[in-house]
Amino acid sequence: MDVVPAGPEALLIDLDGLDEVAAVGAALRDALDRGELPGVVDVVPAARTVLVTAPGARDSLRAVRTLLEHVDPTAVPDRDAAGTVELPVVYDGEDLELVARDAGWSTDDVVAAHTGAELTVAFGGFAPGFAYLSGLPEALRQPRLDTPRPRIPAGSVGVAGEFGGVYPRTSPGGWRLIGRLTDDAPVLFDPDRDPPALLVPGTTVRFRDAGRP
Amino acid sequence: MTRELVVEEVGPQALVVDRGRPGWAHIGVPPAGALDGPAHALAQRLVGNPPEAAGLEILLGGLALRVTGAATLALTGPPGGLRVRRAGAPERVAASHQAVHVAAGDVVVVPAPATGLRGYLAVGGGVAVAAVLGSRSADTLSGLGPAPLEVGTRLPVGPPTAIPPHGTGAVGVSVAPDAVRVRLHLGPRADWIDDAADRLRTGTWTVAPTGDRVGVRLEGPALERADARRGEELRSEGLVGGAVQVPPDGQPVVFLADHPTTGGYPVVGVVDPAELAAFAQLRPGSSVRFSPVATPPPA
Repeated sequence: MDVVPAGPEALLIDLDGLDEVAAVGAALRDALDRGELPGVVDVVPAARTVLVTAPGARDSLRAVRTLLEHVDPTAVPDRDAAGTVELPVVYDGEDLELVARDAGWSTDDVVAAHTGAELTVAFGGFAPGFAYLSGLPEALRQPRLDTPRPRIPAGSVGVAGEFGGVYPRTSPGGWRLIGRLTDDAPVLFDPDRDPPALLVPGTTVRFRDAGRP
Repeated sequence: MTRELVVEEVGPQALVVDRGRPGWAHIGVPPAGALDGPAHALAQRLVGNPPEAAGLEILLGGLALRVTGAATLALTGPPGGLRVRRAGAPERVAASHQAVHVAAGDVVVVPAPATGLRGYLAVGGGVAVAAVLGSRSADTLSGLGPAPLEVGTRLPVGPPTAIPPHGTGAVGVSVAPDAVRVRLHLGPRADWIDDAADRLRTGTWTVAPTGDRVGVRLEGPALERADARRGEELRSEGLVGGAVQVPPDGQPVVFLADHPTTGGYPVVGVVDPAELAAFAQLRPGSSVRFSPVATPPPA
């Protein structure tokens, strides 16, 4: 664990992998929720880092450093607390054939692997309600498209690198698309709901084949 | 009956803003909020609003609003003035940076400022659109919050507060010089850039015309990858406002309030929070220099 400043009001914590990010992110979020980090506003886990911000309250970062001295980054966070979400998918994505070819599989194999995987929300970002899902089968860990698409429809299900994900709303993006959520799938982001994001770090996600259109 | 501001003309961009919605970055929600925070806060003070009230951020003027009931307004940001049109009366000009009282039916026009980019208009009682995740701010990146103002948009105004206007304080007119030098706290990824501190200290950059509320792109000497990091790809990591990110072409981008919550290019430094508001007012072609400083860890 390496802690570097990100300006005078934030710290960036460098970590060794998604498990460490999960452990440190959960410890900081829990402390924040318990009111132990006054002045801290954001705790932002990412692929290998956790960002902690304290706008206008830079002295608060001292408490963060102290807390980090007592956090075990190898601790296994309690996954069960975050629950499980099942998402129904129509597997007709524009890049399904491409993903199958690069995996050396049939498209049915891709669907079977994707629905058979138990994925975990590693962190959020990119857009409100977007979750980076870890635990993708090795053959589905494929590069981004060379040229991002300017407009990806909401509900599109994709893969990129070590992560899977679902676009909560129409946006540009470069992930390889293998399917889309059905219209009656749970809503990923609703600012009027508490919590607004359906997929929070630690949530277990399973995709279900909802059949062909 | 609720008073309203009815949009009759609109310029390049006019948005409802407040102090933003920090605290949701972990679910991908940008902070948003007024880019020139001090100017927005001053406008609220001038009309007797609490600091959390919402007002308007107006890019390069062009906005005309009809008020449906008597109201107190104040325009801040770059120096300038409001024009008030009333049927059957000569047009009145009112200076910025003071409270202006208008009657039902008056049309208030915000002209383009002679310097700078963004004016802030407050109305006593605040713009009372529905809050989303605790904020009334528009967010041009995620689309959260109220849509940009269009001709015909009707904005509800809250009931007047009992707070007396509390003066201009120490904050005045937003300065919009042609050239700025800002403090830049090096890191977190300064080591990814070749000779970062020296290059940043000696270079002069120009504000590109493509800037928006997400970020301002700077054109000038390319910041090159350090040899030790060449070909390496940074995994996306959390971003703060004022982060200066260096994409592969070496032309830095200064992130502002509607910035994405994470980014995948190295951040060479972070503009001092007290100096970031200047970027709300820097016109394309303005020059930017940096005073890089190392950020000491909190004692």
